Amino acid sequence: MKYVIIGNGVAAIGAVEGIRQTDRKNPVTIIAAEPYATYGRPLIANLLRGKIHEADMAYRPEAFYCDNKVTLLLGRTAAKIDIAAHRVLLEDGDKVPYDKLLIATGGKPFIPPIQGKDGPDVYTFATLDDAGKLDALVGKIKQIVVIGGGLIGLKAAESLNDRGLKVTVVELADRILSTAFDRTAGNIIGKRLAEAGIEVITENSVKEIVRKKDRVKGIILNDGQKRGCEAVVIAIGVIPDTDIVRGTGIETNRGIVVNDYLETSVAGIYAAGDVAEALDLLSGERRVVPIWPNAYTQGQYAGRNMAGAGVAYKGGLPMNSIEFYGIPTMSMGMANPAGAGYEVITRLSPEKNVYRKLVLRDGVLVGAMLIGEVERAGILTGLIRNRVKVGSFKEELMEDTLSLSSLPGEIRAEQLSK
Amino acid sequence: MLHQPITKNYHDFIIERDPEKCIQCQVCVRQCSYGAHIYDEKEGRVTEDETRCVGCHRCEALCPTGALTIRRNPSEFRENALWAPQFIKNIYKQADTGGVLLTGMGNPYPYPVYWDRMVLDASQVTNPSIDPLREPMELRTWLGSKPDAVEVEMKKGRPKLTTNFSPQLQVNYPILFSAMSYGSINLNVHVGLARAAEELGILYNTGEGGLHQSLYKYGKNTIVQCASGRFGVDSKYLNAGVAIEIKIGQGAKPGIGGHLPGEKIGKEISITRMIPEGSDAISPAPHHDIYSIEDLRQLIYALKEATDYEKPVFVKIAAVHNSAAIASGIARAGADVIAIDGFRGGTGAAPTMIRDNVGIPIELALASVDERLRQEGIRNRVSLLAAGGIRCSADVVKAIALGADAVYIGTAALIAVGCTVCQRCYTGKCPWGIATNDPYLAKRINPDIAHRRLANLVRAWGHEIQEMLGGMGLNAIESLRGNREKLRGVGLNELELNILGIKHAGA
Amino acid sequence: MKKVYAREEVCIGCRLCELACIVEHSASKDIVAAFKREEKRPARNVVEECGPVSFSVHCRHCDEPPCVQVCISGAMVKDTKTGRVRNIPEKCVGCWSCVMACPYGVIKRDTNQGKVIKCDLCPDRDLPACVSACPNEALLYEER
Repeated sequence: MKYVIIGNGVAAIGAVEGIRQTDRKNPVTIIAAEPYATYGRPLIANLLRGKIHEADMAYRPEAFYCDNKVTLLLGRTAAKIDIAAHRVLLEDGDKVPYDKLLIATGGKPFIPPIQGKDGPDVYTFATLDDAGKLDALVGKIKQIVVIGGGLIGLKAAESLNDRGLKVTVVELADRILSTAFDRTAGNIIGKRLAEAGIEVITENSVKEIVRKKDRVKGIILNDGQKRGCEAVVIAIGVIPDTDIVRGTGIETNRGIVVNDYLETSVAGIYAAGDVAEALDLLSGERRVVPIWPNAYTQGQYAGRNMAGAGVAYKGGLPMNSIEFYGIPTMSMGMANPAGAGYEVITRLSPEKNVYRKLVLRDGVLVGAMLIGEVERAGILTGLIRNRVKVGSFKEELMEDTLSLSSLPGEIRAEQLSK
Repeated sequence: MLHQPITKNYHDFIIERDPEKCIQCQVCVRQCSYGAHIYDEKEGRVTEDETRCVGCHRCEALCPTGALTIRRNPSEFRENALWAPQFIKNIYKQADTGGVLLTGMGNPYPYPVYWDRMVLDASQVTNPSIDPLREPMELRTWLGSKPDAVEVEMKKGRPKLTTNFSPQLQVNYPILFSAMSYGSINLNVHVGLARAAEELGILYNTGEGGLHQSLYKYGKNTIVQCASGRFGVDSKYLNAGVAIEIKIGQGAKPGIGGHLPGEKIGKEISITRMIPEGSDAISPAPHHDIYSIEDLRQLIYALKEATDYEKPVFVKIAAVHNSAAIASGIARAGADVIAIDGFRGGTGAAPTMIRDNVGIPIELALASVDERLRQEGIRNRVSLLAAGGIRCSADVVKAIALGADAVYIGTAALIAVGCTVCQRCYTGKCPWGIATNDPYLAKRINPDIAHRRLANLVRAWGHEIQEMLGGMGLNAIESLRGNREKLRGVGLNELELNILGIKHAGA
Repeated sequence: MKKVYAREEVCIGCRLCELACIVEHSASKDIVAAFKREEKRPARNVVEECGPVSFSVHCRHCDEPPCVQVCISGAMVKDTKTGRVRNIPEKCVGCWSCVMACPYGVIKRDTNQGKVIKCDLCPDRDLPACVSACPNEALLYEER
């Protein structure tokens, strides 16, 4: 039995650990275009910010690969999957045979068709190399524009601002953090970023990246406003990197479609992480939810199933935790629901940068958003995950003294006896 | 504010907090059920209100840095042999409240403790002592009425006992846990007592609060009590244990009934006592159906009828002036066991004046009862239990030498599970979680620990009793019973020696 | 694996377990020094009180630990040999993802250090400090 994993994201680590739960013996090969073993991808912001060193980026210690009999083919790009021959063809012409294959190629930054996007001085922020390139700009340039006010864009903005650049964030939506958070949360964070010196422009977009002699000189916004800058970071989001399966017959939609066992439409080939369209816990639908925990967990389930464990993936729960200039910020589940039928409870103390929001559907907690006050937040996540009816004690869940004793005795007893 | 009501000025204890050691962890605040330790949020530090301290030492015991010492308040009144401070303070209290002074546990006053005026004999040269680690040493005791004589018949060449015996209780140690009701102490303590009794092969006593459903399984080690309030008494209850005790009196409060206030009658206690939730549980001073020995006999036999004559019936009385004559009557009324409770015996609540001034020492009562029953030739008809102020195994040995078959321990058992004898049982706020049914406090007794500690205590005493017996050249507790030759008085006058039936040391 | 189990029915809410935890994880391991002279760090368990009920919550060292699944830096690891879930402080970046994920709410933020803090079952001891400190045997360290 030969296991092959394409991709060096966290799904690959999950897969190795999943395989090894069942199969301690057979070799695993990881093929990745990036010349690095798996690193904490979100940590590129910490790295750029200067909070950690490159040596701290490794997600698992070096011995992990040797201990788990993993062969790393790093800096080698997988070009094609030969399904009939059960092998992966590399760009350099090598062939890697597999019995079970995991596609964990992750996402790639989405680049909208902005005039002037092609050429030097335009960056993305998704990889260690991206962080390295931006790091090299520090001290050389003064102004930079970040396109995209989501988690990645804002983390990039925060890091660059800390490194002494004048940063402008441009967000198309009416608020920053529009995917996982709401307007109130966006306002709190926006205010904090502004206090820290970051300019945040919303409900606007970059019409053109202005270049002079090929080099970026500024941007022009939709409404005609201009900002001078010497570089642009595009951080609008990621889209599943499905290039490898093109033409193979493996079913794709937005991402690679997988069943409950993370297996694609072709037996023996699995997909996990940002590239996969896997089960979403709350909606029960298959969706691409490109978040770290889902990537790890899907990778792990895929790995277990590749090794024959036959365990169904229970579905991922969207969740984000991030801190902006000392304000911890979390959103779990359907924190920002669209449509009717939801009961939303909120508590806001803007002077303390505290905001708390619970979303219930039929008395069941389906989402939560916590700004500023996040102690024991996981209790809420647990309630969401376990679909607990919280109607009778929802007020207690709104308090910062949130505790297990708020829960009905039998649930608590069951939890604590584990 | 320095000015306080007069009663607060003369508090009994002071709380010393070593600022070098105190880490403001507030364990003391959480442990003190009287609110003597206070956390001052504004100042961010723990302070104290010494007027509330009852001297239970719970805080001291749990303080993780040893920062606390509870001391007697040194503020002293002018010396006065008559007006001792407690009288002055009591008057202040009563002038404030107009109420009866209440207290808990046993009489603390410096009446003579006769145990401490009696010493035991030991073998030297002529009658060799016995090493209990090498030779058998019997502590097993049978409680119950014994026949005047036994008849044996030879059948097929083998002797066969033909005498019909009254029911007998076998206990592995001459030590039983005395009656403490569910209500006066909580269920956790009861569970500990019951489990320890089971492990040790001895008995515990329900007291007059009935028997909690969950404790029926310990029936083989249970004495069920039937007192003047008849709480929790029904046929199932009477048959639940191995013996029934009729409680006539209690050493701590002879002639007085009991009163468990309605606010302490929660759901479980209400079910167990078979009274409505929230209603006062009043045990009348007398049994309203007992005004004579004949009446008592009726109750004894009613209970025997109700239990098919399978269970010995105990009668418990407080040690009072006339105990000997009363005991004779009780024996003749058909009781199998007489328990005599001396004036040092504990209580969950009693008027202070009664506790401290009524009743007589168990040593004198026991000696006189034993002597009287012997003189009347009916000592064999009953077993005698001595109760009230048994503090150590030597007290047990002395009690048995004075004529007891076994002893009851109550206070000693509670001390084993943490009690510091602060005498505030009546408040229901026992910080050690013993004399309280407050669920927050009652948890402080872990039944597993209580069980273990109680069993340890009795086992330890058992070892010591064996040592003392061996030293006297005896190899069975039976040989010590009423063996007053093994006792000598020290510093007692002739009358006391006569009552105790012992010689003075040296004689 | 052996874990710390709390017995709610005999927990007296004294919080000595928390103190013992703080002392065990202090530099001096001396209670007075730890509280008076060292930077205060939170305890790694949580004692909850609700009316007369109190109980201590400890890391369950889950079989499928959500805190490990969400960790972005690889600081939170499940030791496959001992079964213990461990946080490597040098790797923790304080993103609080594990705080968000732990259904027991037992991973705490040490905001001074900018890292999380969690139960490590006292690797230097046979019996975790909280268990040995409990005056009422309300904490058990056992295999179930």
